[in-house]
Amino acid sequence: MTDFQQSALQLADKQQAAAWLQPLREQGASKWSAASWPGRKTEAWKYISLAPLQQQNELRWGGEADDSAIDAVEQVELDATCLVFVNGRFNAARSSSLPAGVIRFVDADAAQQDMIQQHLGQVVDSERHLFAALSDAWIEDGILLHVARNQKLEKPLYILNVATPEASAAVASQRLLVVLEEGSEAEVIEHFASDAREQNGFVNSLTEVVVGANARLQHYRINLEEENLLHVGGVHVDLHRDARFHGFTLAQGSRLKRIDYQLNMRGEGAHMDLNGVYLPRNKQVIDYHTNVEHCVPHCTSNEVFRGIIGDSAKAVFNGRIHIHPKAQKTLAELSNKNLLTSRTAEINTKPELEIYADDVRCAHGATIAQLDETSLFYLQSRGISAADATSMLSFGFINELLNQVPEQAIQDYLRPRLASLFGQGDEALGRLSYE
Amino acid sequence: MLKISDLYCKVEEKDILKGLSIDVKPGEVHAIMGPNGSGKSTLGNVLSGRPGYEATAGSVTFKGRNLFDMDTEERAREGLFLAFQYPVEIPGVSNMEFLKAAVDAKRRHHGQSDLSSVDFLKLARETCKRVNLDASFLKRGVNEGFSGGEKKRNEIMQMMLLEPDLCILDETDSGLDIDALQVVADGVNAMRDGNRSFLVVTHYQRLLDYIIPDYVHVLAGGRIVKSGDKSLALELEAKGYGWLENEVA
Repeated sequence: MTDFQQSALQLADKQQAAAWLQPLREQGASKWSAASWPGRKTEAWKYISLAPLQQQNELRWGGEADDSAIDAVEQVELDATCLVFVNGRFNAARSSSLPAGVIRFVDADAAQQDMIQQHLGQVVDSERHLFAALSDAWIEDGILLHVARNQKLEKPLYILNVATPEASAAVASQRLLVVLEEGSEAEVIEHFASDAREQNGFVNSLTEVVVGANARLQHYRINLEEENLLHVGGVHVDLHRDARFHGFTLAQGSRLKRIDYQLNMRGEGAHMDLNGVYLPRNKQVIDYHTNVEHCVPHCTSNEVFRGIIGDSAKAVFNGRIHIHPKAQKTLAELSNKNLLTSRTAEINTKPELEIYADDVRCAHGATIAQLDETSLFYLQSRGISAADATSMLSFGFINELLNQVPEQAIQDYLRPRLASLFGQGDEALGRLSYE
Repeated sequence: MLKISDLYCKVEEKDILKGLSIDVKPGEVHAIMGPNGSGKSTLGNVLSGRPGYEATAGSVTFKGRNLFDMDTEERAREGLFLAFQYPVEIPGVSNMEFLKAAVDAKRRHHGQSDLSSVDFLKLARETCKRVNLDASFLKRGVNEGFSGGEKKRNEIMQMMLLEPDLCILDETDSGLDIDALQVVADGVNAMRDGNRSFLVVTHYQRLLDYIIPDYVHVLAGGRIVKSGDKSLALELEAKGYGWLENEVA
């Protein structure tokens, strides 16, 4: 066991978790301590280094924060049930009252405990996901969203996770479990943010989702933590018959940000689509790993990821599609496009297809390019300077995916932030009315 | 307005224009016709400064200045406009954003302030109407999913907004239905004001029924092989290009 594994385990001892969570915690702890630490030869971690994490040898849980630090983070403006976690701790004062079906683990009654125990740690394969084992070992609190059969969650669930500046590196663990019963619907937004002054914190976040038969989840995961934070996160989803998962994710830089999406197509007729955007700059590192397991026939999956990598930043996109022998009539698509805006920027993109069924349609593509010269010339031929044309096209490359985001509030929140990254003004933001 | 003297131009190491000369005076409409591969599109591209189109000899002056001293955006701001044969689709960049950036770039160049969003919107909507485009086009991506005719009308709309001194139309009529052609031609004709000049590059005589040129030039083998008035276009229509190519050879 490495020093980091050791000290991470010691953190678990400082928690006061309920007895009913102990079995899962212990299981997680034993998997975590037995796991060999990933190095350059571990395929799943080949292109990024966990060294920044290992340098944190004195780990401690994040503490309370003053209001100004929380206020420094702008929220998405939407009519939603809003839950705020600060440095991993639930902040009741900043949160909405919890509607039926939204339960903190620490408040769960016997029936809810049963439901949590039934699914928690079951969607994710913690043998394959090292940090899921750690998350299990660290379970103390978390959120369960449960939507009953044929019900629709009235308002979106918006979970804001804030990391605030602390004297020394602090750790936060986030856990979300979504259980959608047959025919139900929900919208969930996970927003991770940090204050720019935040120092070297580490967030381990894990979301598990069960989308029941014919149920539908609209899911967002927005990782906007600033420069210094380290974040390892995962979204693991089981889709049952005719279930739909619509996802959108965006990550802006950190020293290290690793996010896994695991989608298990377990029931016929299930569909998932996932659009993703990553924008590392400076010396930031962002690594997205997606894996779609097509286990049964007649499922469809569609992933579109785009990245703009600038300065000396680095990005990894690994998109795996695994079509099992039984999964005939699968339609699976994956596209990954990257723009490098500097000579020292780096992208490692790897679509991985494993197809064991013969009657499937599977398309994938990965491109790494500079901006399209014809488009640049077109803009310049209208008098627009090369610099302006470049920012306009860079923003457009990302904006194309943003335009497809169904939740207008998310578009409104992200667009000005992204536009300002590319030096774009009001017109790009669609602030003008056209009526 | 535009004086091209003995222009030679290379594309990918191949000589395309070989001693082309034309003198376009203010207010004139010149049509350039020619068979495929004669260098018609190269002319528009080299005049607008497209990378890869290298003028190797000869000279071009635009409003008295050496055109090649200016980069692409400066030529545009000084009043040169190229309507593209194949307008580019740019998803993610709205027409509105694109058009305002273009108009403001020109205004700044001439020492004017940016248009206010409200004024620009009003202007853009009116211009849409003039080319029979629905105002909803403004919020769509640049040419994204536009039909061929819509793309060409969008080119004319940009031309109207930018009010250039010299308009080069590169096969704007190719692939257009007659109704769409009529809209394009009406737009061009409305902009003929006695000062603005046009260089209309086309493969088909049909366009010249709608936009009546002052001069018609035949481009073959990289240079002008015959010039005349609009009747030359009709002669070409009747005889084809073959007889001229023979003349060149």
